[in-house]
Amino acid sequence: MAAIIKATDLNYVYSEGTAFEQHALRQVNFEIPEGQFVGLIGHTGSGKSTLIQHLNGLIRATSGTLEFEGENIYQSGYDMKKLRSKVGLVFQYPEHQLFEIDVFSDVCFGPKNMGWSKEEIEANAKQALTMVGLDESFYDLSPFELSGGQKRRVAIAGVLAMKPHVLILDEPTAGLDPKGRDEILDEVAELHRKYHMTIVLVSHSMEDVAKYVDRLLVMNHGEKVFDGTPREVFRHYKELEAIGLAAPQVTYLVHGLREAGMPIDEDITTIEEAKQAILGAFSRQSGGKMRWTK
Amino acid sequence: MIRDITLGQFYPVDSVLHRMDPRTKLFGTLIFIISLFMANTVASYVVATLFLLLAVRLSKVPPKFMLKGLKAIFFLFLISVSFNLFLTDGELIWQFGFLKITREGVWRACFMGLRLIYLVVGSSVLTLTTTPNHLTDGLEKSMGFLKLLRVPVHEISMMMSIALRFIPILIEETDKIMKAQTARGADFESGNLIQKAKSMVPILVPLFISAFRRATDLAMAMEARCYRGGEGRTKMKPLHYERRDYIAYGVYALYLLLVFLLVKGIVIG
Repeated sequence: MAAIIKATDLNYVYSEGTAFEQHALRQVNFEIPEGQFVGLIGHTGSGKSTLIQHLNGLIRATSGTLEFEGENIYQSGYDMKKLRSKVGLVFQYPEHQLFEIDVFSDVCFGPKNMGWSKEEIEANAKQALTMVGLDESFYDLSPFELSGGQKRRVAIAGVLAMKPHVLILDEPTAGLDPKGRDEILDEVAELHRKYHMTIVLVSHSMEDVAKYVDRLLVMNHGEKVFDGTPREVFRHYKELEAIGLAAPQVTYLVHGLREAGMPIDEDITTIEEAKQAILGAFSRQSGGKMRWTK
Repeated sequence: MIRDITLGQFYPVDSVLHRMDPRTKLFGTLIFIISLFMANTVASYVVATLFLLLAVRLSKVPPKFMLKGLKAIFFLFLISVSFNLFLTDGELIWQFGFLKITREGVWRACFMGLRLIYLVVGSSVLTLTTTPNHLTDGLEKSMGFLKLLRVPVHEISMMMSIALRFIPILIEETDKIMKAQTARGADFESGNLIQKAKSMVPILVPLFISAFRRATDLAMAMEARCYRGGEGRTKMKPLHYERRDYIAYGVYALYLLLVFLLVKGIVIG
């Protein structure tokens, strides 16, 4: 798989030369292969939002290069508008950007800006709304009549309608109840599974991303500190804690049980796996009786 | 992009001006403004310039930052300078049709231009060195006498402090919305005036909605904490003058006197 996004030595400094100066990114390097589902994790202010705004050219790096589909986006004459349609960025609380009188025209806004034909715009908008699970009964509603979760889906559809190759979501679950959160995450996972989109999911919650992503990038103070599969990253759960991030609860449980002598795999990241492993360990030990002795 | 608006923005460094009582700074700004409108000779402008430079120096805010506020008045500046330059009667220097430049016009244009620049920089010194809360505290206290005239001083200053407090928030919000719409391919730069105005809709609608939302939230939060206006309200940190404030008032008095004398031509200018 070829790298769809490649960042080399990215640096970004806010308000250089004033009292507000802040080094938001330091020497960030990574490659994202096509079709990967990446989780970008970091504490508030770790630079993750800044980083993703680089990926579609909203912010220009102070130094370093960024390649999209093999082309340096900082070379002169690079078509930023095209880049923005290919790298769809869904901001935090995206429902705050809705402005049209009805759902359908709001979703059409992005494709319209791309200068496509009317048929193409409408076909894409319809497809995008279907992708996020909103049927035709929603098309004529005002965005302001919808629930929080529905609004958010309309906003995500607004980005999907531009047919991005890469979809970046900044904290798509912020402010949603557990049910809304699971629905959104399941839908995002489905986009990955069904349409093989490259997805970057930004979050500060390990719990959210652990069960979906192929790979985790962990940011702290503008630097990339870990990069690997969730299993590999969660092995460093003590270091993660030191930078204000917790590994999923189940990681603690597994490590606790291992310390107590239960022979289970330490690379367990989801509750489902933990259940299997614990039940397996019990059945091996005492023929299914719920007792454990060292 | 939009972060460049410096008006009403506090610049956090530690300096004498930052530590000064807000009333002293308010009064100083007022005196400076009055002196600018009095000044009409080169010498008085020199003194005003020195006074302003002193303030900028003492504030420890990079001068570059002060000048940023000038961008906002560029057109006002252009218009008032050219009006004064071309439409003042007097000793003719150059003429083209109804446009004529006179000696008096040149002087007035220079003074007017300087006056505008100094006004902006002068008030920037105030807002850059004073937090919005401090500023309204100072205003409330200095305007206290108006209470006797049944002016709701506290309420007005509360409204002001809320308005000031929300400037950076709304700027940030605008920035965010602009970015979000840019990410959806919106273009705010190209096109003619009508297209440009139209392209503002995707920014303004969400911005208004968010402003109303924030206002409701704030009202709710204030009510929840039993806010009921200024009557009988005490301060956690009452303002009080210190030595540096008295020194500052001394400097103001000298400055105003000097400008006054220079304007009247009592001192050779």
